[in-house]
Amino acid sequence: MMQKSAHFTRRLVLLVTIVVALVVAHFESNFNAYYFQIIIYIGVNVILAASLNLVNGFTGQFSLGHAGFMAVGAYTSAVITSHFGAGGITASFVFLGALLCGGLVASFLGLLVGIPSLRLKGDYLAIVTLGFGEIIRVIIQNIDFLGGARGFTGIPKLTNFFWVFAFVAILMYLLSNLIRSTYGKGFLAVRDDEVAAEAMGINTTRYKVIAFVTGAFFAGIAGGLYAHFVTYINPSQFSFVKSIEIVVMVIVGGMGHNVGVFISALVLTVLPEALRPIAEYRMVIYSLALVIIMISRPQGLFGDGEYFKKLLQSFKGKVRASRARS
Amino acid sequence: MSEFIQQVINGVSLGSIYALIALGYTMVYGILRFINFAHSDIFMIGAFVAYFAAPMILKLCGGNLFLAGPLAMVLSMLVCSALGVTIEKLAYKPLRSRPTITVLITAIGVSFFLEYGGQLVFGPDPKPFPDLIPKANVIDAGGVVVSSTPLMVIGTAIGLMLLLRWVVMSTKTGTAMRALSFNLQAAKLMGININRIVSFTFVLGSSLAAAAAVLYASVYPSINPLMGVFPGLKAFIAAVVGGIGNLVGAALGGLIIGITETFVTGYISATYRDAIAFGILIVILLFRPAGLLGKFESERV
Repeated sequence: MMQKSAHFTRRLVLLVTIVVALVVAHFESNFNAYYFQIIIYIGVNVILAASLNLVNGFTGQFSLGHAGFMAVGAYTSAVITSHFGAGGITASFVFLGALLCGGLVASFLGLLVGIPSLRLKGDYLAIVTLGFGEIIRVIIQNIDFLGGARGFTGIPKLTNFFWVFAFVAILMYLLSNLIRSTYGKGFLAVRDDEVAAEAMGINTTRYKVIAFVTGAFFAGIAGGLYAHFVTYINPSQFSFVKSIEIVVMVIVGGMGHNVGVFISALVLTVLPEALRPIAEYRMVIYSLALVIIMISRPQGLFGDGEYFKKLLQSFKGKVRASRARS
Repeated sequence: MSEFIQQVINGVSLGSIYALIALGYTMVYGILRFINFAHSDIFMIGAFVAYFAAPMILKLCGGNLFLAGPLAMVLSMLVCSALGVTIEKLAYKPLRSRPTITVLITAIGVSFFLEYGGQLVFGPDPKPFPDLIPKANVIDAGGVVVSSTPLMVIGTAIGLMLLLRWVVMSTKTGTAMRALSFNLQAAKLMGININRIVSFTFVLGSSLAAAAAVLYASVYPSINPLMGVFPGLKAFIAAVVGGIGNLVGAALGGLIIGITETFVTGYISATYRDAIAFGILIVILLFRPAGLLGKFESERV
């Protein structure tokens, strides 16, 4: 019963968010362009961070190549819309199709990259995924058809508030369902103890690849959304610095903690903008903060929930003790 | 044919620079099991120390490059050693018993701090690196022109590597280092002062990176705060290709990456330059996950 009602709430939240996003999208021309841009970036970054969280946080596989999948999604969808882009209602359908194609191509690449590299662990996996990300970037840079290093121009501006936040809502909904499913338990088992999971008969490679491919799919979608907002993309926007940026969002939010990662993606997108008045110092502050967080709160700002659980337990214990006394 | 010989010499010279940086990665990884991402930025700082000290040193030596070059290099090695040890004490030591990912992210944080701190202090624009190594055409026969720079680079690198080999294989501290990389806990039980040896490892690694930086900046005389990123990544790849934790492997990996990169740039296309190292890495990891000279260990529960 409890389970069912929780599921219902999640569906309701999904529906309400989509409707609200649709309504807000109608009034978006009234917004201040600068603030609106930041809001869209927040949405894109939330998708990137939440999808990487599935790989890094829930499955415990350290990937540093997320920007590569984002690039693939961005370029694929951009090619499609700039070839088939029509006006009116059809544009929206073409856009949706392009986004999904971008996601699919990215996830196919995720499969190609994932199957060989997920045999590796920890640092090795990090450096190999970083390598694949960079190779993807260099390949795009060498394809003339995609504009090479000059970049791809003339992408129709199709991304609006609705598309970004509808995808945020769908991703959050999917993730919260996924981690409660058999797959989710598999991911967590792989993360917590791979050897034990293997011994229990879990096909660890399969679960890792599934997490990786799903993560790549949403990175591709995020790339498509980003491309159709900025209307100009070039390979250097998708370098490993971008991947590290996404990883930092996941780590700071707390690996495997959906809400934490959501909040940290929001904060870490706004923070550099808020620090713009002291522009020279902002990245120094940012990096220093990262080191301090890692030393003082390695589980991320919002933790893995353990901290709050302990707090709650000690509070309950105190209540019980005081009751016993009286 | 003459072009080929030049390419080989340039490749070996670039490769020996990568090898010097790779040694720092491989030593830290061998003992503490994490990628010290900040190593590439210590390399960058090394170049800047030499850049700022060069005018004074050149004046002191009366323009004698055979004196000024080594002096600048030693100074930069000293400063970088101090920096490396400071970073280890402040950022990595508190995390020694934590999971690898935590240390890795901290290392990335330190790396960003040095890069953006560098942009703040030195300015983001590239700066011309002064001549600290004598430049002349040593060999000029049959169309083959060999400048002294790559030969000096190769010579210095070989000298430093032999020195390192002596330190690691024949001194007491070196023996302790090897003990640590073999089994940290057992080494501790044998009464080895872990903190002192780890600091010493950072001294060795950072000073090799500084030496590599002075050599690199002499070959490509334009330095900026982000100059360490790609040489650092490629050197790390060199360490993995050779078998991480293995000193000879790091040198071998450096040479392979350096030579391949020079040949790809020279004969195929310069745009693939930065991807080629990753390509080699992926191939090696798929067929020999422990690297060319590494020993494969199966996981123990």
